[in-house]
Amino acid sequence: MNYELTLGLEVHTELSTKTKIFCNCTTEFGGEQNTHVCEGCLGMPGTLPVLNKSVVDYAIKTGLATNCSITQFNKFDRKNYFYPDLPKAYQISQLYFPICQNGFVEVNTDDGNTKRVRIKEIHMEEDAGKLIHDPWEDCTLIDYNRGAVPLLEIVSEPDLSSAQEAIEYLEKLRAILQYVGVSDCKMQEGSFRADINLSVRPVGQKELGVRTEMKNMNSFKAIARAIESESKRQIELIEEGKTVLQETRRWDDNKGKSFAMRSKENAQDYKYFPDPDLPPIEISDKQIEDIRKSLPELPEQKKLRYVTQLGLPEYDTGIITNSVHLVALFEKTAELCGNPKEAANWIMVELMKLLNDSATLPEDMSFDDTSLAKIINLLAENKITRDTAKKVFAKVFEDDVDPEQYIKDNNLAVMTDNTLIKSTIEKVVADNQKSVDEYKGGKTQALQYLIGQSMRALRGQAPAQEVTKILKELLD
Amino acid sequence: MNIDFTKMTALELAKKIQSGEIKVRQAVDAVYESIDKFDSTYNCYISTCKEKAYKKADEVQARIDSGNIVSALAGVPVSVKDNICTKGIKTTAASKMLENFNPIYNATVVDRMENADMIIVGKLNLDEFAMGNTTETSIFGATNNPWDTSRVPGGSSGGSAVSVAVGEAVISLGSDTGGSISQPCSFCGVTGLKPTYGSVSRHGLIACASSLDQIGPIAKDVVDCAALFEIISGKDVKDGTSMETPKFDYSKILDGDAKGKKIGIPSELLGENIDPQIKEAIQNTAKEFEKLGATVEEFSLPIVKYSVPAYYVIASAEASSNLSRYDGVKFGYSTPNATDLQDLYIKSRSEGFGMEVKRRLLLGNLVLSKDYYESYYEKALQTKRLVQQDLLKALEKYDMLLAPVAPTTAYKKDEALSSPLDMYMGSFCTVMVNLAGLPAVSVPCGFDNNNLPIGMQLIGKPFDETSIMQVAHIFQKTTDFIKTPELIQGVAK
Repeated sequence: MNYELTLGLEVHTELSTKTKIFCNCTTEFGGEQNTHVCEGCLGMPGTLPVLNKSVVDYAIKTGLATNCSITQFNKFDRKNYFYPDLPKAYQISQLYFPICQNGFVEVNTDDGNTKRVRIKEIHMEEDAGKLIHDPWEDCTLIDYNRGAVPLLEIVSEPDLSSAQEAIEYLEKLRAILQYVGVSDCKMQEGSFRADINLSVRPVGQKELGVRTEMKNMNSFKAIARAIESESKRQIELIEEGKTVLQETRRWDDNKGKSFAMRSKENAQDYKYFPDPDLPPIEISDKQIEDIRKSLPELPEQKKLRYVTQLGLPEYDTGIITNSVHLVALFEKTAELCGNPKEAANWIMVELMKLLNDSATLPEDMSFDDTSLAKIINLLAENKITRDTAKKVFAKVFEDDVDPEQYIKDNNLAVMTDNTLIKSTIEKVVADNQKSVDEYKGGKTQALQYLIGQSMRALRGQAPAQEVTKILKELLD
Repeated sequence: MNIDFTKMTALELAKKIQSGEIKVRQAVDAVYESIDKFDSTYNCYISTCKEKAYKKADEVQARIDSGNIVSALAGVPVSVKDNICTKGIKTTAASKMLENFNPIYNATVVDRMENADMIIVGKLNLDEFAMGNTTETSIFGATNNPWDTSRVPGGSSGGSAVSVAVGEAVISLGSDTGGSISQPCSFCGVTGLKPTYGSVSRHGLIACASSLDQIGPIAKDVVDCAALFEIISGKDVKDGTSMETPKFDYSKILDGDAKGKKIGIPSELLGENIDPQIKEAIQNTAKEFEKLGATVEEFSLPIVKYSVPAYYVIASAEASSNLSRYDGVKFGYSTPNATDLQDLYIKSRSEGFGMEVKRRLLLGNLVLSKDYYESYYEKALQTKRLVQQDLLKALEKYDMLLAPVAPTTAYKKDEALSSPLDMYMGSFCTVMVNLAGLPAVSVPCGFDNNNLPIGMQLIGKPFDETSIMQVAHIFQKTTDFIKTPELIQGVAK
């Protein structure tokens, strides 16, 4: 029997506001344990939450960028449960009046079409601290630095039907969040996390199957693996005539499987109620319009512009616009070298290769954003060869060297002294009499060998055309 | 010099200090002498902070000597209910849970009093976490009524009211969630103000019920209360529910007038569940106001009968969430006998909280749980809105409302605790004020056959503390109900 997959995602993204959602502590990642804390975010007796207004602005930005309607009368609610990472034993969240509702994000589907993934709601809440298990002392320690860092929870409708679509959606969502500047979305630092709601049903069946919720994936790859594994597990259960339980499961990426955490029967009653410490927030039409006007160009708009105005291939624009960091590099490079196509080429070919080979994420690139344009310009002016250009870019990528200085220091500029080029090639010809004879005997591959040898002797710094020309003159 | 705080108001003391007649240190000495003498009888204090107090006294004295008087109460010692955080001074909420809790911050009201050059001398007893109206549920033992030590002083600000009544404090701070300032003032014959919700910062007040809690002054008379209210009130960025309001000016209290004022008495608060002697005292008070040129009439406020259940649902719900943070993990009592995390939670909370607190936490958890939320919590919120609406409507017709503070005078100890429902009904006259977030001033207006004080309250429009205090002040000027109980020394607690 064939099955189809129904997926919805709950994305938690930490906002990059300077301070926490209800106090003035920094939101900076890391730091010595329990140093980014105060009596407020530790929930000490008598302290009160005071809303950081920029969290609301960030939420509105996100909502507008994902086509949501903005709730103009907002409240915060308390979600009550005991856990050591939650200092007040309740999380301040939004249940009854989430700030954004009914939006959508467009993604490319497996068959090459686009699909609207509906966003049910986006709400504001506070993050919890982090529990660290100490195996030596056999105890658990708590770091509250992350506690009360502002979060948006972005809840999609179950509109996705494959792991690939889910990743597409997450990449698009991440790009949007980065474009509007509300979050750095670093999965490895936990500022972008996703939980998966997943069910399967036989193709043709109307009603949805029983869904499970999967937590604890910390990379896109892990998410894809978890989706594959969970759908397989559910299908197997159904095939065996067993039932899928509605439950929350924890993904273990090392083991490549998930484990049940709690079933629906044991689901906690969070005893939500409106937080009496936080007065309602009213958002005016003007505030929404002002934020709408301040929104930057979003991925879809950018992509369209790149294709229609710059004439870039659709595939390339898709890759570039999915990362705010690639966009930044592309736009800077295109601006400085005046050749968007060449800039895009370099990013798609050389940069992608460097990123892949070093397993670096675009956000971790650390070289000066003018360097690539400098290299492209030197190449265009024939001051370096393409070979040299690639080598220099690799060096730039690795060590953030200044291309011009590096070329000068290492004597990498194209040789302009034709006498020197000629004498070098003459020596190559003299040393490779066998190849010369082969060439004269009609073996054209021998020419390629001689060109290679000449280029090597010239350390790649002579223009290839010039080398071929001189060689042919000498041989013929 | 012999300074007797039973015979001197805070402002009178301030005047003498600021003129140099009394040194700040002498005033502080006098408070501690009085505590030494009488606290074994009345048990007002949980702790004192002599070292800090004398250090501050010397600083303030130096400022006063250089002619720098920063507030009307500069130099005056003040005592603080022990659910209001004082940096470096233990703040216990009278609970085993916080027996050793030493805040690293001051409540905003404490900062404001210190900036006004008042001297914090000690922390006052209360019902555990301010839950109760008898000051019997404290782990530090019950506070005793100054008029009859076999009776309760009311609560939860019992320590605050008694300390002022017996001169163990010049002036004090209490907090009010459902009558916790008004009712002990009434039981002890002192004056207190429960301010409008949002006029005094709650930052640093250990929360009981967030939407109802307010800090307010307790003193011998209305003018003292007004002077302290001026110091502690006003918008605070650390409390999102505090409101921007025009600056309160205590001196305006002095030149008020009752003439032409329209005062309404909700007839439901003169009904069958109110002690006849109290009814009589309220009616006499009404006559006094009429003599002063006001018009007084009864009107019906039927919603009142729903205010007690609505109040206990809301107060318990909020408290159950507010007190969840006491889980044995971070601060406060942590059981030494836990076997795992769940056990740590259960034992710490079972061992750390007293009976009444537990009762309310259970009630609060029940009314917030999925199956009961709609039928209890949501209904209670609706009732709260109706109470507010009807009271505001009444206050369009009347300048202020007059009512008894409590259905009875002070009861015998242990009576209330053995019958919690009766105790809850004892809040009948006050909880509506908190539900509606209105200001009320509680003023002595008579004595019953047992020579126990009776209190009346004037309830005002939001943020119009001035009007009710003006009228209360004229009442105190023209009547003679501020009396000192016969003090007993050296009786074991």
